[in-house]
Amino acid sequence: MIRVELPAHLRTLARVDGEVQVDVQGPVTLGAVLDAIEADFPVLRGPIRDHVTKKRRAMVRFYACGQDLSHDPPETLLPDAIASGEEPFLVIGAIAGG
Amino acid sequence: MSGVRVLVGTKKGAFVLTSDGKREQWNVSGPHFAGWEIYHLKGSPVDPNRIYASQSSGWFGQMIQRSDDGGQTWETMGNEFVYDGDAGTHQWYDGTQHPWEFKRVWHLEPSLTDPDVVYAGAEDAAIFKTADGGKTWGELSGLRKHGSGPQWAPGAGGMAVHTIIPDPTNPQRIFVAISAAGVFRTDDGGQTWRPMNRGLKSQYIPDPDAEVGHCVHRIAMHPSRPNVLFMQMHWDVNRSDDAGESWYEVSGNLPTDFGFPIDIHAHEPDTVYVVPIKSDSEHFPIDGKLQVYRSRTGGNEWEALTNGLPQSDCYVNVLRDAMCVDTLDSCGIYFGTTGGQVYASTNSGDTWAPIVRDLPAVLSVEVQTLP
Repeated sequence: MIRVELPAHLRTLARVDGEVQVDVQGPVTLGAVLDAIEADFPVLRGPIRDHVTKKRRAMVRFYACGQDLSHDPPETLLPDAIASGEEPFLVIGAIAGG
Repeated sequence: MSGVRVLVGTKKGAFVLTSDGKREQWNVSGPHFAGWEIYHLKGSPVDPNRIYASQSSGWFGQMIQRSDDGGQTWETMGNEFVYDGDAGTHQWYDGTQHPWEFKRVWHLEPSLTDPDVVYAGAEDAAIFKTADGGKTWGELSGLRKHGSGPQWAPGAGGMAVHTIIPDPTNPQRIFVAISAAGVFRTDDGGQTWRPMNRGLKSQYIPDPDAEVGHCVHRIAMHPSRPNVLFMQMHWDVNRSDDAGESWYEVSGNLPTDFGFPIDIHAHEPDTVYVVPIKSDSEHFPIDGKLQVYRSRTGGNEWEALTNGLPQSDCYVNVLRDAMCVDTLDSCGIYFGTTGGQVYASTNSGDTWAPIVRDLPAVLSVEVQTLP
């Protein structure tokens, strides 16, 4: 299971507290984890990625093991520590704006 | 006993203000959706417990929320607003063509007859419709694609369908207003649309016969007289007596005819309310005095309403969707300001009092008259 940390507003939308866990079959890529999040929490379709293009919303960022993966393509393999569940995958709202 | 429920959308959440028919003591609920811009909330005329809300943020985009218990609890509905087919382009600020891009829903207009049907006015200008209570949305693309779309340009606040008015006597007729394209009307339930801007005069549009391009801030209609419309434009208060086919100016003795909201007394179709502000760059009440102006003659003759409103050092604005009226016997008028105040009058505007003073900047105010 992949551990995922969501920002507060998305936790509220998804009606969850704290971390969530999603199941990814096959290679644990950036796109696969996002697909799994949206499959488990359909309300999060749109707030993280555009419905049609599947592009990351500009003010949402992705981190894994201290690395910013926001500009990486969806087929990017995530670190082993994410795949093993040792570290969480982070979805973060940018500090810009307000 | 009758009561009212005032639905307030703000920059950082929604608030629900309720009172009995006296409208003296208020219960304040909120903030709902704390931290999100709530552009608009509106209840179904058919089922007053059914309320829809447009929730958006620069981070996470657009959500639609629905309540079935009068705003106590909410459920997230569908948020997929996809333009029909090739989105195409519209004019940009510099005159070049710019792709249509969905940004947010400015206005929700529940159907007059079906609580599951709602129209959504969006930025970049388009109208969407749901028939399943907000779960799915489809564009009525005849508006955007009727031909003049590439000539539409955004105003300072963006290019949005901000006003949607169904004709209560004709289910096929709907009026919309777009900044900065103008007024459009459908007579076939939203499949095809026509511009309705003849007679409007804008300094920046030298062509007197220009079909589109006028920056219409708001239009209002009294349900008993669907062919008469009032308009607050970017300068000028206008009126149409022929369902938008032609317009004429009724600014009359207003101290300034720039402003955003316009609304009509629930029981007096010729009693109209506006909130004049100084100019298109200074969105202030003149001389720091917050004044609502009322005409009892359908325009031209206006009087200032100030009793209970701040008359010094007041530099707030009232946005286009932030004024409304209830339908109690003594018609209540409500408006919210960018300073976070919501004012109410229980006597057609003769006197005013704040319901709340310290909300986040108010984006919209609607009121439900409860049985």
